[in-house]
Amino acid sequence: MNLPIHRLITTVSTCSSFFLRRRLAHFTFFKDKPDPSHGPTKEMNLCQTIQNALGITLGNDHTAIIFGEDVAFGGVFRCTADLRSKYGADRVFNTPLCEQGIVAFGIGAAVAGTTAIAEIQFADYIFPAYDQIVNEAAKYRYRSQNLFNCGRLTIRAPWGAVGHGALYHSQSPEAQFLHTPGIKVVIPRSAIQAKGLLLSCIKDDNPCIFFEPKILYRSAKEDVPLKEYTIPLSKAEIISEGSDVTLVSWGTQVHVIREVAQMAAKDNISCEVIDLRTILPWDIDTICQSVSKTGRLLISHEAPITGGVGAEIAATVSKECFLNLEAPIERVCGYDIHPIPHVFEPFYFPSKWRCLEVLKRMLNF
Amino acid sequence: MFRVYSNTRVIYGLCRALNNQISKRYQSSSSSSSTTTTAAANVALEPNVSKMSMFSGHIKGAITNNLEFIRPENITPISMYQVLDSDGSIKEKSHTPNFTDEDLIKMYKDMTLLNVLDRILYESQRQGRISFYMTNFGEEATHIGSAAALNAKDLVYGQYREAGVLMYRGFKLHEFIDQCFGNARSSCKGVQMPVHYGSTDLSFVTISSTLATQMPQAVALNEMRPVLIEAMTLRVGHHSTSDDSSAYRSIDEVRSRDKRDNPSLRVRKYMYNRGCWNEEKDEQWTKDSQKMVMEAFANCEKTKRAPISTMFENIYDKMEPHLQRQMKEMKEHVRQNHDHFPLSLYEQSST
Repeated sequence: MNLPIHRLITTVSTCSSFFLRRRLAHFTFFKDKPDPSHGPTKEMNLCQTIQNALGITLGNDHTAIIFGEDVAFGGVFRCTADLRSKYGADRVFNTPLCEQGIVAFGIGAAVAGTTAIAEIQFADYIFPAYDQIVNEAAKYRYRSQNLFNCGRLTIRAPWGAVGHGALYHSQSPEAQFLHTPGIKVVIPRSAIQAKGLLLSCIKDDNPCIFFEPKILYRSAKEDVPLKEYTIPLSKAEIISEGSDVTLVSWGTQVHVIREVAQMAAKDNISCEVIDLRTILPWDIDTICQSVSKTGRLLISHEAPITGGVGAEIAATVSKECFLNLEAPIERVCGYDIHPIPHVFEPFYFPSKWRCLEVLKRMLNF
Repeated sequence: MFRVYSNTRVIYGLCRALNNQISKRYQSSSSSSSTTTTAAANVALEPNVSKMSMFSGHIKGAITNNLEFIRPENITPISMYQVLDSDGSIKEKSHTPNFTDEDLIKMYKDMTLLNVLDRILYESQRQGRISFYMTNFGEEATHIGSAAALNAKDLVYGQYREAGVLMYRGFKLHEFIDQCFGNARSSCKGVQMPVHYGSTDLSFVTISSTLATQMPQAVALNEMRPVLIEAMTLRVGHHSTSDDSSAYRSIDEVRSRDKRDNPSLRVRKYMYNRGCWNEEKDEQWTKDSQKMVMEAFANCEKTKRAPISTMFENIYDKMEPHLQRQMKEMKEHVRQNHDHFPLSLYEQSST
């Protein structure tokens, strides 16, 4: 390509104002208050909280090891910063660039009795390990009828839209794992939630995948309790109660639907906002009880709509709550294109405006 | 306006720095090309620079100016280390393994008992008594040898054609056969196809059908540098009872190679020469091993399958609510349609 420099400069200058606008996030972060019974807190963002949780694990469990690409120097998102110097090179170490190997190694270590915490650098890169996750980890206990298991394996991966990640740094692949019995899939919405959920995954005696919304690593600052605490898996959280419609989501998108609920309140629409938290096995009862009360369900997720987790929830709820429904169940999700095309991210997103539009349609059904 | 200007200056500076880098590394092969300052257009390799400024420390190879393709046909193949030749003699005497007669006889009996088990179970599949089977003919020595070299508690991650490890470690005949029948006593309670054995007592991780997926799992256990031993064998039998290997190889060739190189045969010849085994003992052992397998077989065939609730167990460590619900649905459906299901083959559920 023979583009002269002076032409390049003019192109860039027209783009720069666009770059400025792009730095604004698509959501407003809703800060939660810590549980007062959990004692002293410290203001931490999501990445510091993950680091804190991993540090607690390494300190309490002498078998725990953390491994993955670049974790030794602290990780590309700094989630493993200072852990190697504090706990030793045999506890926190790098692996080759080989996701299949990272997960398989983790399985082997877990089978032998180690608490194995594997990091996949981006959820987008988890697919070389898909065979090991689906055909090995998920089936280990079942195929041996409990002679062997890899329950002590936890896989962590940065997940979801980040504003400029394009096709290979933005994916939210939870639906690809929803269809796999034998593993658990967990996605936190904030720092306080992440610590409790991650510690639960590590302690849970089943292989778990913990997706961390990367856009929240720096921006999600909360007063996080310093002590060790867990949040139960497979339990959705009703963040705010309401009577007209149930809104369900997970991860970053929870903040979008919280804002939608606020906006809807101005029109006297009362929303019940639920964070699903565990994608598999998911909390059918909490969602169905809520929809039985409100009669309407809106599910929103970043991932493309077809075959997404929303489809599973919609099918189950439409069966369990059929007679309670006042309107069809709606899903506001990414379009069926590869998430997320770089410059088109604002159009791809299941934004608060799209959610609000659908919400009003449901109320007027 | 001002911010825009400072951005462009920064970018201009960046481009200039980039240009300097580029021109240092690459020379345009056609000097008549335009005065554009971009990279990629025409790139030629740098002339030989003996100071390895471009490479980091871990690349140790020398730089050459000869362009030569590495062709597999020009490379000397890796030699195959062999101890026992086709006549059952050890060519390199100093490499004679330190086996007692008892060690040898145990290994030989394990190999040949596996052969007998394979023959009988293969036949039983042909007769429709089990659904599927895979034999180990030709590869027995690799199983037995590997198992003999390990400690009893060393964790083994096997693949589907390594049953000899279990034989050596003491897996009972009925345990092999139970698993092939998928009955209630089988190591996986009938959840997997035949030959997918496993045993915690014998430190043998349950086999999966997928190949090589267990290798990186086993690496997690070795704190020193991993060693790869590529054992060269001939798989004498078909891949499985679903395979007829005459479709892709010459059966005559397999037979003639087996006649010469069969591991059980070579060990037997060695033992005859050594004086710890003879034809009479061998004939008796053949009879005994047949009898042992047939007795175990008859016993196993009568054993019932595990209760149908088993299929919902061990997905997770505890049975999750959605699985409890689905199991209840299935049981209710079976109860109402019991004549559509072969329930007499299964043990009763406790619940």
